[in-house]
Amino acid sequence: MQTFLDALFLQAGYNAALVAIGAALLGFAAGSAGTFLFLRKRALVSDAVAHATLPGVGLAFIVMVSLGGDGRSLLGLLAGSALTAWIGLLLIEWITRRTRLAEDAAIGAVLGVFFGLGVVLLTVVQSMSAGRQAGLETFLLGSTAGMLYEDAVVIAVGGSLTVLATSLLRRPMTLVAFDSEYAAAMGYDVRRIDLLMMGLVMAVTVIGLKLVGLILIVAMLIIPAVTARFWTDRSHRVIWIAGAAGGASGYLGAVISASAPSMPTGPIIVLVAAAIFVVSLFFAPGRGVLAAVLRHRRFQARVHRRQGLLALAAQHPIREAYTVRLLAREGLVRPDGVPTDAGRAQAAKVARDERRWDVAREVHQDAGLTGRYDGLTPIEEVFTRDEIDEFDRRLGPPMGLGDV
Amino acid sequence: MGAEFVQFSLTPILIGVFAAIACALPGNFLILRRQALIGDAISHVVLPGIVVAFLLTGMVAAIPMMIGAAGAAILAVILIEAVKRLGQIEPGAAMGVVFTTMFAAGVLILEQSDTSQVHLDVEHALMGNLESLIWFRADGWGSLLDPAALASLPDELPRIALVCALVVVLTLVFWRWLKIATFDEGFAQALGIPAAAVGFGLMVTAAVAAVAAFDAVGSIIVIAMFICPPAAARLMTNRLAHQVWWSVAFATMSAILGYVFAGYGPLWFGAQNAVSAAGMIATVSGVILGLACLFGPHRSRVGAGRDEAA
Amino acid sequence: MASPMSPGQQPTIATENGRAARPVAVPSGAPLAVRGLTVSYGEKPAVFSVDATFPAESMSAIIGPNGAGKSTLLKASLGVIPRLSGDVYVFGQAIEKARERIAYVPQRASVDWDFPTTVMDVVQMGLYRRVGLLGRLSGRMAARARDCLDRVGMADFAHRQIGQLSGGQQQRVFLARALAQDADLYLLDEPFAGVDAATERAIIDVLKTLKAEGKAVVAVHHDLSTVRDYFDHVFLINVRRIAEGPVATAFTTGNLQATYGGRLAATHLDELSPTGGA
Repeated sequence: MQTFLDALFLQAGYNAALVAIGAALLGFAAGSAGTFLFLRKRALVSDAVAHATLPGVGLAFIVMVSLGGDGRSLLGLLAGSALTAWIGLLLIEWITRRTRLAEDAAIGAVLGVFFGLGVVLLTVVQSMSAGRQAGLETFLLGSTAGMLYEDAVVIAVGGSLTVLATSLLRRPMTLVAFDSEYAAAMGYDVRRIDLLMMGLVMAVTVIGLKLVGLILIVAMLIIPAVTARFWTDRSHRVIWIAGAAGGASGYLGAVISASAPSMPTGPIIVLVAAAIFVVSLFFAPGRGVLAAVLRHRRFQARVHRRQGLLALAAQHPIREAYTVRLLAREGLVRPDGVPTDAGRAQAAKVARDERRWDVAREVHQDAGLTGRYDGLTPIEEVFTRDEIDEFDRRLGPPMGLGDV
Repeated sequence: MGAEFVQFSLTPILIGVFAAIACALPGNFLILRRQALIGDAISHVVLPGIVVAFLLTGMVAAIPMMIGAAGAAILAVILIEAVKRLGQIEPGAAMGVVFTTMFAAGVLILEQSDTSQVHLDVEHALMGNLESLIWFRADGWGSLLDPAALASLPDELPRIALVCALVVVLTLVFWRWLKIATFDEGFAQALGIPAAAVGFGLMVTAAVAAVAAFDAVGSIIVIAMFICPPAAARLMTNRLAHQVWWSVAFATMSAILGYVFAGYGPLWFGAQNAVSAAGMIATVSGVILGLACLFGPHRSRVGAGRDEAA
Repeated sequence: MASPMSPGQQPTIATENGRAARPVAVPSGAPLAVRGLTVSYGEKPAVFSVDATFPAESMSAIIGPNGAGKSTLLKASLGVIPRLSGDVYVFGQAIEKARERIAYVPQRASVDWDFPTTVMDVVQMGLYRRVGLLGRLSGRMAARARDCLDRVGMADFAHRQIGQLSGGQQQRVFLARALAQDADLYLLDEPFAGVDAATERAIIDVLKTLKAEGKAVVAVHHDLSTVRDYFDHVFLINVRRIAEGPVATAFTTGNLQATYGGRLAATHLDELSPTGGA
């Protein structure tokens, strides 16, 4: 527990503190940059970008070694990964634009092929560095164990830069993500902004490689954005909430990872993000599952109640058992479906409202009002008291239902 | 050459070909249904599946691990559908949420459990080890008729052959349903064809193929085989049946050429060690797709193949 | 608000808009009847508590403004989308027992026309229920499919890829597929949307032939100006059933105004229904 608290308050060593801050910044940048991807319905492009970094890592290592270097310089490896990730992105765009293949096929093709090529290059690296561990495998899953001070600095600085870039670019990117045609009409170069967005995603991916690895960085780009969508419908808030969720996952994940053994940073960060997602999925007000289920059940009950009363008014039998149960619970019918006095009264009221609506449609040739008649909206919500009185005047005196 | 080929190359090549075909067949329908990335999701969740199976059974045996992997794949398919429907989230993002989370859980469990003494590591799961599936007891083509030698074939071969045969049979039997449910789901339902069940069955088949192929060639290569051969095939023809034949041909070519290049390619460049065969198979399939994108007779959306009209 | 019981007073449901009290019994012979059908997407009903009966040996149009639930009514009747409540009867039977007697023409835009298949393949899909999974497509059936293509004037296009067809040609292929089903009830979702004049004529000729053969045709229809020429029976819907009946009595200015609200100019309505008013 003490180690956890130490880590939480950045007291667990200089490197650990830098990593935690870097992870928080990276999480924030990933969450907000991922939001644009998600809103543009291209979430899994990030998966292709991430996998396409692997051949770059291998290539950079081979080039650096053949130039006489050590081959393990993080900046060099990241530069290589950025290069092939960018090529992968351009290939996806080219395939989608020039051939009849859909974007998902292009994403999958680039992802699989680049990763395969990366694996080939890693085996080349293994045979080159015979005996010595090149350690490039850590880019698959990330690792903060044995992280050098310089690596932690790269993550912290890179994280800050991506946060800065996101906040600078958020206006045009929001516009394009929400309504690309409108953005084009306003004179924005949509294709260039799309590429910028991808560039940001790529930057997040590359910086996150060392920390969470190329397979799990995808989670940091997607999960916070999807999470944020449950809490708000406003665009700028989605971005901030996604950033906050991402930042919190990054920070907490790094802290938990630093405070216990056998707790790999990448998976922990992802699982924290996933936990926030699951809570949002079920319990968010409005868009959450629980709220939706309750709403749907209320809605279904309203529909059946209304249909049952209409059937009573027309003196039809009620066919569905659920409807009978519903009305019986309110004391409107007996369990065998025969209406009670209260039921007759309610049915008469419903029937009268139906006829008021018929009159309303004749009187108000206005779709804005009468178009709202979906069978459920009470007439009192649409028309004023005196307007309804006017309908009643045209309908004549109220009538009840005859004995069946 | 003959004896050495049979001993060292025949079985890996056959396993590669069967794995490639088993993945490419369902891949044809997945890309037409815009579900190409379900293969991506499935191949990522295979890892947590085998890790959990290992923890439950305590042994590194193929059958429980395959069952675990298949279970994880089916669970992933169900979870993706659930997140999509419950949260009203677009399919790509729903997939991304589910498979990364399951993968992360798999890695964490793996790190937490004491598996260091057994051969179960993430890189192996991802990259596979096709080269090691050699036929020790073979001493030439004659061994194909020698029961004692045949008994020592690597277990992966009959397994993947069986799954490949199963996928072929399912594709043939359900051909009409697959075709109509993919082209026009509403019409299929109006005919009384269980279109939703067909879609789910396709994903389960894909999962089984992915797991069997993973067993032999590693999980990431599976994605390339799901997508590249069928995508290249789509650019070669405008008939579904022809597309499926092309995809089988491309899958076979990728597996054979990829294995050969991985084994002998580096020697041609004067290097000593072979490179990853599974990686090279994926790379070759990518090259084939690239060529199809550049030269395939039906590569573009409009205007192509007008001459076909008699 | 509840009105008190007034014994002896029979409920008289307003009849002005063709909304007469309806019989409870399910018509045994009607090609298509729905009772109490409600469908909703999310929290808003797309179709609310609709009763409808479409007569035999006639052509019926489902009419209403955009978003009024026309296609929803059709699809829910077929079981293509789930119902919240209600029942559907096809020739007096549950839909599952009568699928063989229904042919369906979905909206053209509902499928991917880039799908790798030919015109003939699509038409043969209409036979899939009959031939089953593995049954052989006999020479007689293949000839039948060719004949259906011929009926819509597309025999020369049998081996063309469907992506190369014009919108009108695509619609004809869908109609040919429905003809191949050899049904007694034809349900069409906007068959005339976005097609050229020649195709519209070709389609209506085929539909009129079907009617002459004693089949029932139900189509979601958009163009009010052709209703009188094409159809015998109309069903007016705007989430609720507004009116139904023979064109002569139900396709009236009053009913149309009730259906479309203020969205339809009164002068336009006068043109449509010379009798004017209800």
